[in-house]
Amino acid sequence: MNDTAARLRAVTGHRLFWPALVLVLMLVANTVYRPGFLAVEVKDGHLYGTPIDILRLSAPLILVALGMTLVIATGGIDLSVGSLCAISGAIACLYISKAPDQNSLSTVFTALALALGVALVLGMWNGVLVAVIGIQPIIATLILMVAGRGVAQLVTEGQIITINSGPYRAIGLGHFLTLPLAILIALAAALLVAAFTRRTALGLIVESVGGNAEASRLAGIRSGRIIFLVYVVSAACAAVAGFMMTANVSSADGNAAGLWVELDAILAVVIGGTSLAGGRFSLSGTILGALIIQTLTTTVYAMNISPQTSLLFKAVVVIAVCLIQAPAFRARFARRRSGPTPGPAAPQREKEQVPA
Amino acid sequence: MSSTSLTSGRAWRPTLPRRHVPVLATLVLLLVMYGIGVSQYRAFSNVQVVFNVFIDNGFLLVVAVGMTFVILTGGIDLSVGSVVAMTAMVSAAMLRDGLPAGLVLVVALLIGPTLGFLMGCAIHFFEIQPFIVTLAGMFFARGMCTFISGGSIPITDGFWTAMSQERIGNPAGNFVSISVLIAFAVVLVAAYVLAYTRFGRNVYAIGGNPQSALLMGLPVGRTRIAVYTVSGLCSAIGGILLSFYTLSGAPLIAVGMELDVIAAVVIGGTVLTGGSGYVFGTVLGVLVLGVIQTLITFDGTLNSWWTKIVIGGLLFAFILLQRLIGIRFK
Repeated sequence: MNDTAARLRAVTGHRLFWPALVLVLMLVANTVYRPGFLAVEVKDGHLYGTPIDILRLSAPLILVALGMTLVIATGGIDLSVGSLCAISGAIACLYISKAPDQNSLSTVFTALALALGVALVLGMWNGVLVAVIGIQPIIATLILMVAGRGVAQLVTEGQIITINSGPYRAIGLGHFLTLPLAILIALAAALLVAAFTRRTALGLIVESVGGNAEASRLAGIRSGRIIFLVYVVSAACAAVAGFMMTANVSSADGNAAGLWVELDAILAVVIGGTSLAGGRFSLSGTILGALIIQTLTTTVYAMNISPQTSLLFKAVVVIAVCLIQAPAFRARFARRRSGPTPGPAAPQREKEQVPA
Repeated sequence: MSSTSLTSGRAWRPTLPRRHVPVLATLVLLLVMYGIGVSQYRAFSNVQVVFNVFIDNGFLLVVAVGMTFVILTGGIDLSVGSVVAMTAMVSAAMLRDGLPAGLVLVVALLIGPTLGFLMGCAIHFFEIQPFIVTLAGMFFARGMCTFISGGSIPITDGFWTAMSQERIGNPAGNFVSISVLIAFAVVLVAAYVLAYTRFGRNVYAIGGNPQSALLMGLPVGRTRIAVYTVSGLCSAIGGILLSFYTLSGAPLIAVGMELDVIAAVVIGGTVLTGGSGYVFGTVLGVLVLGVIQTLITFDGTLNSWWTKIVIGGLLFAFILLQRLIGIRFK
C-alpha cells in the first residue's frame, strides 16, 4: 500500500511529464532527421515554418479535443463531433456559395451563425439523449455520428461544395499579429474554457458529476444540466473546428470533412492524462495531446511515409502512452477498490436517508 | 399496448420474457419492412432478394456475431472493420506472391485472433479502456493495410475464384454463395457456444456484473481475453468472406464498418452495458440493415446517404425502446 501510494504520488506529480516528454522526443527526432525543422522565418509580416504549421493544423483538433475533454470529464464520450464538423462546414459553405457576394463579411457571419446554431441544436439533442433520457453516451452520440454523415451529405447533396470567399478562408489560413488566425481562435477557446472551468466552480462541478453523478445530484448539483451543457459546448467547439477544416480547403465535403477527428480527439484527451472514466480533466494535457498527434502526422508526412501508414505510428504512440500511464490507472483503481469505496458509499446512503 | 401491459403485465401473455421484447420488436420491424418492400415493388417478393441480402451481408453477419460476444461482456471492439480489411489485404498479397491457398487461409485466420488476443491482454492486464485499446488496434490494422500495399490487389487464385463463383441453388435459379453457408455455420456455432457452454454462460455473467462474476470464482480475465480473441477470429473470417465477395484486397475497404456492426448488434437487442442479448437478435439486426439497403436500391430515387440517416433513426428508436423496457421493469 505504501509503495503504491508513493508511486501514485510520483506519477500524479508529473501528470504532464510523459506527454511532454513524448512531444519533446518527437521534436528532437525531427530536428535530427531534418535540421531545418525548427526554423521559423518571417515572410510578408507572417511567421512561417514547420512549428507554425503544426500549430495551425492542430487548431481544429485542439478545439474538438477541448469540448471532448469536458464531455469525458463527466464520464461521457462524444462520438458525433466528426459528423458535426462536417454538418457545420457544409451548412456554412452552402450558405456562402448561394450568396451573391461571397466576400461580404455579413454573408460570412450569417453563415457562421446559422451553422453554429444548427450545431448547437444537435448538441442539445445529444445532451437531451444523455442527460434526460439517460442513454449511454457512447450510443447516444453514435446515433448522430452515423446519421450526421448522412445529414451532411444531404446538405451538400452528395457534392463537394467549393466556395471562393476571402473572409471564410481566413478562418483557416488567415494571419493576425504574425500568427495564424486558426491557432489564435483555438487559443482563445482554450482560455475561455479554462477561465470558466478553473476560475469558477464549474470545473469542480463537472469533475464531481464525472466522479459520481448521483452523489453530485444529492449534494445539490444539477447533474443533468451540467451533462447537457458539456454536450452543447462540445458541439459548439466541433462546429468552429468544422469551419476551420472547410476553410482550409475552401470546400465542404460531407464525407471527408472531420473524418476520424473524434478518434483523434479522444486520443488527444487520453494522452493528456484525462481518464475516460471521468471525474478528472486536464485542459493543458489535452492541448499537449493534440499537439503530439499533429506533430506525429507532420513528422510522418515529412519523412515521406504515406498518410495512411501514419496510423501505424499513431497506434504505437497510443499504446505506448497508455501503457506508461497504466500503472497509475491500476494504482488508482486498487486504492479506490480497497480503500475509500466503502467510505463514500456509506455516507452517501446516510445522506439519502436524512431527508427521507 | 404498453399502457395495458403495465397493469396486466403478469397475466397478459406470461410466456413472453421481457428480455425477448427487443428481439421481437426487431423481428416485427423486419417483417414490416419486408412487407412494405413486397407491396411496393413486384420484384421484391422474389426469394432471390432475400438470398441477395445474405450474400451481400454475409461478412457483416460474421463480424457482428463476434461483436456480440464482446458487447455481451460490456466491452466494445472498434478494430473489426480494420481487421477485416487487413485479413483481405494479407490474403490478397500472399496469393499474389504465389503461396498455396491452404497456407494463406491458415495465416489469414491466425492474424485476427492474435491481434484480438493481444488487445484482450492489454485490456485485462493493464486495465486500459477497451475503447482506447481497440482504437489503437484499429489504427494498427488500417496502417498495416497501406503498409502492405497502397492500392488494390486483385485475387486470381483458383480456390478463391471457385469459392466466389460457386452457386448453391435450386433448379428455379435461386442461389446462395458459399459465404452464406459459412456465415450460417458461424452463427450456429456462436449461438450454441453462448447458450450451452460454460464459456458462453461466463460471458453473460461478466456482462451482468464483473465484480459478482469474480466473486463467484468465474475466470473473468480468461473470458474477457477470449471474447476479444473470438471477435478477432470472426473479423478474420469476415475478411476472408469479403475477399471471396470482392476477389481483391483494398486498403480502404470496410472503412466505418465497425459502426454498421455495432448498429446491427444494438438493433438486434443486445444491451450495450452487457449481459443481455442473443446471436439470433444480431442476425435480425444485420438483416434489418440489409433490407434497408435493398429498399433504398429498389426505390432508385433515394440517395445512398439516406441509408445512414435511416440507420441512425432506427438506432435511436431501438435504444429508446430498450430504455423504456428498462424503466418499466426495473
